[in-house]
Amino acid sequence: MQDKIRQKARELLSSGAVKVVIGYGEGTGSRVRALFIQRPEDADRLIMDERCVQNLAVYLTKHEVRAIGKPAIVAKMPVIRSINHLAYEEQFNEGDIAVIGISDSDELVDLPDLTSVREYAAKNPLLLTAEERAELDKLETMTREERWNYWLEELSNCIKCYACRASCPMCYCPRCTVEVNQPQWISVPAHEIGNVEWHIMRAMHLAGRCVNCGECTRACPVKIPLRLLNQRIIADIAVNFGQSEDYALAAFNPNDKEDFIR
Amino acid sequence: MIDKKLLQKGSLDELVKKLKSGGTRVFAPVEKGGKVLFDEVDSAAAMARDYVQTTLSAKDVILPRCEEMMRFTTGQGTVTMEKAPDLPPPAVVLGVRPCDARSIAVVNAVYLKDYNDALYKSKIDNTTIVGISCAKCDEYCFCTSVNGSPGDTEGSDILLTEVDGGNYLAEIVTEKGKALAAMAPELFTAAGSEDKAKHLADVKVQFDLKAVEKKLPGVFDGEVWITQSLRCIGCGTCSYVCPACTCFDIQDETDGNRGVRLRCWDSCGFGQFTLHTSGHNPREVQSQRWRQRIMHKFSYQPDQLQVTGCVGCGRCSRACPVDMNILQHIKDIEAQ
Repeated sequence: MQDKIRQKARELLSSGAVKVVIGYGEGTGSRVRALFIQRPEDADRLIMDERCVQNLAVYLTKHEVRAIGKPAIVAKMPVIRSINHLAYEEQFNEGDIAVIGISDSDELVDLPDLTSVREYAAKNPLLLTAEERAELDKLETMTREERWNYWLEELSNCIKCYACRASCPMCYCPRCTVEVNQPQWISVPAHEIGNVEWHIMRAMHLAGRCVNCGECTRACPVKIPLRLLNQRIIADIAVNFGQSEDYALAAFNPNDKEDFIR
Repeated sequence: MIDKKLLQKGSLDELVKKLKSGGTRVFAPVEKGGKVLFDEVDSAAAMARDYVQTTLSAKDVILPRCEEMMRFTTGQGTVTMEKAPDLPPPAVVLGVRPCDARSIAVVNAVYLKDYNDALYKSKIDNTTIVGISCAKCDEYCFCTSVNGSPGDTEGSDILLTEVDGGNYLAEIVTEKGKALAAMAPELFTAAGSEDKAKHLADVKVQFDLKAVEKKLPGVFDGEVWITQSLRCIGCGTCSYVCPACTCFDIQDETDGNRGVRLRCWDSCGFGQFTLHTSGHNPREVQSQRWRQRIMHKFSYQPDQLQVTGCVGCGRCSRACPVDMNILQHIKDIEAQ
């Protein structure tokens, strides 16, 4: 797989089809990190193994990366899903990016355009694993009070570093709600109410958009299980809306039968 | 002259209980859910063992993530300020690593040098630091490259080093340390000939601090910042886990005509950090923000405050979601 990615990256850079390939490479110690390969001869620095889990789609909306020129991105399933959502939300147009797709069975997938990305994402619907369901069920067995206290305890560690937001491909707003202060919708300080408001607001803004890549949980320096908030919403949407291609809560229809949305 | 005593293995717990019974708040590293955080403890038994470094530093005790500055009430053309909140009871922070203890000099330089910040001063004056030497280190530690060491006494009021038999060599460094030891003199017995060095981690020197300081002004306009920061996602994790980062933001929270003013941690990693009301941002790209972080710690602070703004605790590198490794970056700059 690694060789195929390198080969593909080399081709894309040599032909001038893209200016940069966003992929994974060796970091410090046993860590991996995002690489931005700009010369064909550097393609051999790209790697692919089980450590390569960061959702690289976060870089597709990053000003500094966009400034380099057209990117190709090494994309496993969560990244493919993110690209699909970002395209749906018109964060880029056809031809703006190239995708080096990798299937769950570790094969290169040919995704020449955004339509093929959409079709591939539709064929591989977002489903929670049995383990993820079990964790959610555990929360469900708590009383409402116990669950509230569980979250208060977890969120009390939050220092508002916003690593959850910064690491999330779907959090690309140039100005986040928490930074709007006329009026101040969300309390900024990292006190109890500030932390609760922040994480509930973020989860609601990800409803129907979260691809369950787990990046927020991995990025959190104090290990708050943020993915559980989003998985709860994913599970609810699956029950109430089915595996809709219209992205459930993110969809807006001017002809919606509900008045309040217009 | 540092007074050396011996604190028996079981005496640490007695010390904690004695402090608690006198109304002192005792903070110590506690392990929970895979992280080690400073929390109030009732006994030394609650203290985490066998970790290299706490997830967050003890900075929260002297410079809380958010703290009340004042309360106010607005009326018809008037603002009435209310009394500042009462000072919390004295605190003892137990189990502070020597690198973190050194960071207090950086915070002091910022908050007490030109302007005497009363809010901070009340907390630091009220806090006693009982450090604990490092028997272990990891690949992220580099205290010895920034003039520290795993058994450094600077910044600690008392420094404990675990010696043979689980007992502690207690080095009583400051007047505050003496006062603390005097609260339980029976627990601090005469020290023998403990070999402290034998019980310390071996942290290799990785770069020449003076050379880096000298080099930095010359690379201000270099490409290195862009290369290093392309993968930086612009969160505030590095600043918030850092014991020596001191920047803050002020937030007013109001409810009707009453309000409270809070001082909150802020980070130069955020795009908003330098955003002006006009919309202009002097640090509009991440490379400029990353450069600021390094320049501030390794060039501006040594130059203006005579302290290095980094103590080599390695937390920012450990916590960074995208492997922005400060040690590697500094070494790369040195090699330029």
